[in-house]
Amino acid sequence: MLFYINRSIIRYTLKIGKLLSEKKQAKKELIIQCSLELFASKGFYNTTIPDIAKALKMSVGNMYNYFKSKDVLAKEIIKFISIYLGEKLQKINEEDISTKEKTGKIVQMYFKIAMIKPEMIDYFLRIYLSNREVFQNGCEGMICVNEFVTEIMIYFEEGVKAGDLRDQDFFSAFGLFMGYLGGMVFLKGENILPKELDDYVEDITENIYKALSV
Amino acid sequence: MKKLQVLWLTALSCNGNTHSFLNYPYLEQFFENFEFIYHPSIDSKYSLTEIVSQNIACDILLIEGSISPDIQKADVPIIDIINKYSKIVSKIITVGTCSSFGGIFRQSEYKNVTGLHFDQRTPIDKFKNIKEKTITISGCPVHPETLANTMYAIKNALNIRVDEFLRPKDYFAYTIHNGCTRNEYFEYKVDNHEFGEHEGCMFYDHGCQAPYTHGSCNKILWNEVNSKTRVGHPCMGCTEPDFPKHNLFTTKKNMGIPQVLPLGVPKRTYLTLAGITKAFTIDRLEKKLLDD
Repeated sequence: MLFYINRSIIRYTLKIGKLLSEKKQAKKELIIQCSLELFASKGFYNTTIPDIAKALKMSVGNMYNYFKSKDVLAKEIIKFISIYLGEKLQKINEEDISTKEKTGKIVQMYFKIAMIKPEMIDYFLRIYLSNREVFQNGCEGMICVNEFVTEIMIYFEEGVKAGDLRDQDFFSAFGLFMGYLGGMVFLKGENILPKELDDYVEDITENIYKALSV
Repeated sequence: MKKLQVLWLTALSCNGNTHSFLNYPYLEQFFENFEFIYHPSIDSKYSLTEIVSQNIACDILLIEGSISPDIQKADVPIIDIINKYSKIVSKIITVGTCSSFGGIFRQSEYKNVTGLHFDQRTPIDKFKNIKEKTITISGCPVHPETLANTMYAIKNALNIRVDEFLRPKDYFAYTIHNGCTRNEYFEYKVDNHEFGEHEGCMFYDHGCQAPYTHGSCNKILWNEVNSKTRVGHPCMGCTEPDFPKHNLFTTKKNMGIPQVLPLGVPKRTYLTLAGITKAFTIDRLEKKLLDD
């Protein structure tokens, strides 16, 4: 009897533990989203942990229960973005479509996120790539953008295997692809582009595919 | 002590396995346990003509070399000799990659060149009634200790568990990577290799197939001394059904990713690990090991 009671207590405790950890994760994501918006509007260095806590109506002390410092938060955010983009890319990579169609879908996906979540791409381009000193410890090389880069690698590798893309150094191809997309989103952010990003998908897909194909 | 009677039959072969076997370090002890009724290079009781014309009592048939209907020994088709002796013996061993999978002679002008039970990876039915008796010891050449130890296992009536290509799991469940002295360089993705030197992993640029080749070369050393990878030469995958391949000293890559990944490692897992290890430089592994 005691055995069964103990087992049900353990099950209950595990369930509560899981719920609490899910709740903590949801809260973390809320903080990340709020931080992204504040970084985009006020700038990374001008935004403090108390600013983020205030926007979320949280105490500063409670904020530190989730992220020990702004640097830790900065690294968690880039990992969060990498996982978010990586999952979307993985879905495209797993589709049974041609390399050219995949190219188009990646361009479309990237621009769509730049439109509906501009703060996310903004963080990637303006904070992660421009403030490497923040990301020195724990985000060496591409560790914190691993999910995203892995999927881009798989897109290239499968394209080469299929005989569609030219075999070349990864970074030559990566720079061409992501530099181009990042540049367009940057121009859009500066209000320089006369049209919406969506209007460029077809031309940009054609340009990238032509540049990368055999 | 009762010696097992052994017939070493050579089909389409370079005799490399015969030579490899002569390097077995314990031949004297071996001959206290086994006796060749015929061997192409070792004095034996019968001549080849007697072997093909009579039915000599025998326990183990060793076949070296690729099988082709065109090959004859002492004017008798090799296929007929195999058919005759496979009924007499209790066990058959295909010695080396040629008799196991066809090997390099598949590229010769002989027609229908295969292994005894496999044409590379494809099973063939020509000798299916003797498949249960057969053990594959692939390799180019065969590892003498793997061959001898398997023969001892037969003599001692041990249960020999085999893989899908009939290779004993005791020796072929592992990859050649197992026991490689360059594992640190593999783990941290440091190629930095010059042929013949101690440093560097040869998987990334120099064509090493050890992480996806089955065998025990780095656990049971050749001549009890060395292995290809230890001495600074890439593993060429010689125990595998599709041996030989081309460009054996270069790793085929697609946009920087090796075309063939370590056995059983999914691409995303490999790339994730590669991304992490590539982010760090381990100074110790960038330097020469023995120089000051």
